[in-house]
Amino acid sequence: MNLALRDVRHNLGRFLLTCLGLSLLLGVVLSMIGIYRGLVDEALTLVRAPGADLWVVESGTRGPFAESSRIPGDTRDAVARLAGVAAAGALTFQSVEAAHRGRTLRLYVVGYEPGRPGEPKRLAAGRPITRSHYEMLADRRAGLEIGERVRLGRDSYEVVGLTEGIVASGGDPVVHLTLKDSQRLQFELDPPAARRELARGARPAGLDTVNAVVARMLPGVPAVGVEAEAARWKHLGALTQEDQEGLLLKSVVEKARRQIGLFTGILLAVSAVVIALILYTLTMDKVKAIATLKLIGAPDRTIVALIVQQALAMGIIGWSAGTLLILLAKDHFPRRLLLLPEDALMLGVAVLVLCVAASGLGVRLALKVDPATALGG
Amino acid sequence: MAAPLVELRGIAKTYGRGETAVHALKDTDLQVYPGQVVGLLGPSGSGKTTLLNLIGCIVEPTRGRLNLDGETVYDGRWLRSDLRRLRLEKIGFIFQFHNLLPFLTAEENVAVALDLAGVPGAEARRRARALLDYLEVGHRGATLPSRLSGGEAQRVAIARALANRPRIILADEPTAALDSGRAGMVMDLLRRLAIEQQAAILVVTHDETIFGRFDGTVTLRDGRVVSSG
Repeated sequence: MNLALRDVRHNLGRFLLTCLGLSLLLGVVLSMIGIYRGLVDEALTLVRAPGADLWVVESGTRGPFAESSRIPGDTRDAVARLAGVAAAGALTFQSVEAAHRGRTLRLYVVGYEPGRPGEPKRLAAGRPITRSHYEMLADRRAGLEIGERVRLGRDSYEVVGLTEGIVASGGDPVVHLTLKDSQRLQFELDPPAARRELARGARPAGLDTVNAVVARMLPGVPAVGVEAEAARWKHLGALTQEDQEGLLLKSVVEKARRQIGLFTGILLAVSAVVIALILYTLTMDKVKAIATLKLIGAPDRTIVALIVQQALAMGIIGWSAGTLLILLAKDHFPRRLLLLPEDALMLGVAVLVLCVAASGLGVRLALKVDPATALGG
Repeated sequence: MAAPLVELRGIAKTYGRGETAVHALKDTDLQVYPGQVVGLLGPSGSGKTTLLNLIGCIVEPTRGRLNLDGETVYDGRWLRSDLRRLRLEKIGFIFQFHNLLPFLTAEENVAVALDLAGVPGAEARRRARALLDYLEVGHRGATLPSRLSGGEAQRVAIARALANRPRIILADEPTAALDSGRAGMVMDLLRRLAIEQQAAILVVTHDETIFGRFDGTVTLRDGRVVSSG
């Protein structure tokens, strides 16, 4: 006879309410893990989008994501001529805010050279950029439609195509412009500033600057050898794709990872304390029943099972409901929530371990109950 | 005459040591035979419950010898390692406030004792129903204790005490929560059980209305037996 099940049945309302509370807590834990996974995935999406094997950046920097990097635009030609390089493309990166239809759009602008590495591989809708100026590809997250015009800096750009799932590490949707447009947007001075520069005799700043050059290797050629070759130019540094990904994760995502990890740990500890207190209270309510069971000959394992099984049931129901809740709500989060089955399973295992550990207080109390308590004095 | 089912020889129980020691029971001798219903009488603090706890193997005596159903279970030390099993097989307990498990139905409350003794589920249920029928509460088998009347709950508790056919039944104020009519019914029932099952029944009570229903009484005062008969 399963006593735990019958006790739950007897206090069903209280048990379900407890499970609901626990499921909300575990849902928050799971969403934290999902936010972290989403953060990593989004950060890597931008780095992986160009499909590059090699990144050439400003010497002494870890650009263009961890640090700013500026190199001459003709670097692309030099890199393209290196032995083993199949193709190279120049890229710019910058964050912009644009007022659009009464709201503020935060966008991450990537400038690329159509037909060269750095161009988005797939479009979800529309067409690629075909004109030299004033066309843009926008990620769906920006909420823009094909045919809409968005003002960036001093110019308006027409959305001609939509990408899907390309966002910056901060979660801002990425828009792609031609390299020329993005260079004007990033490096061209406003007319008053340009006039001031001319008045003080400075030469007009050149626009042919890029943040990085990406290269694809010929089949079978490792990027590592070419990396060293590119780095021989004193003003340039080079990173392989793996280096760039590692750098991004370490510098950009690391703090968020630690922050979320700490928060997740705290939430798990809170869950453990809540479970322990609930089980302790439930056990306190059953002291007389436990004494009676002991008196009529119930072994300790029956008493322990009564408490531990309830703890496990609480954990399993709380975890299942929490997971379901987050699965249903994940698309409504402002940032991407990436739920991996292995994360959910690991949390499930952690919850089960926590439940068993948390039931220790209740078990200790139950085992200390004197069977004589059942008899009057 | 048959051998006693409960036999105490020089049993004593002292709580604490030195000057603070409390002698709850002093050199007590007692025999209860099959078919007997014996009343344990005395004022509060006289040692009745201690005596019940000692016979129920819940509390260890300080000295003396305790025989239960022909087996010496204590003689200066416990001679049985598994007292829980001993209680399960040989002793049935009836409590003042029935002590039914609130989360089990009447039938489950009886079946749980059988389940603990290893009786398979279906058989335990069948025997539980038969016991409830025997005690005339079979129709309340699916009812939770909170919805039973005092008399019904006490009969379910008696059914649970009898589930494993114990030869010794220890009852602690079994009629205290009942009116005089129901108290009489419970005592009649215990008497019937003692005769039919040849069990030894010890009843702790303050209820003077049932004093006349015992085969014998033992009166305790300050931890000593002051009269028996």
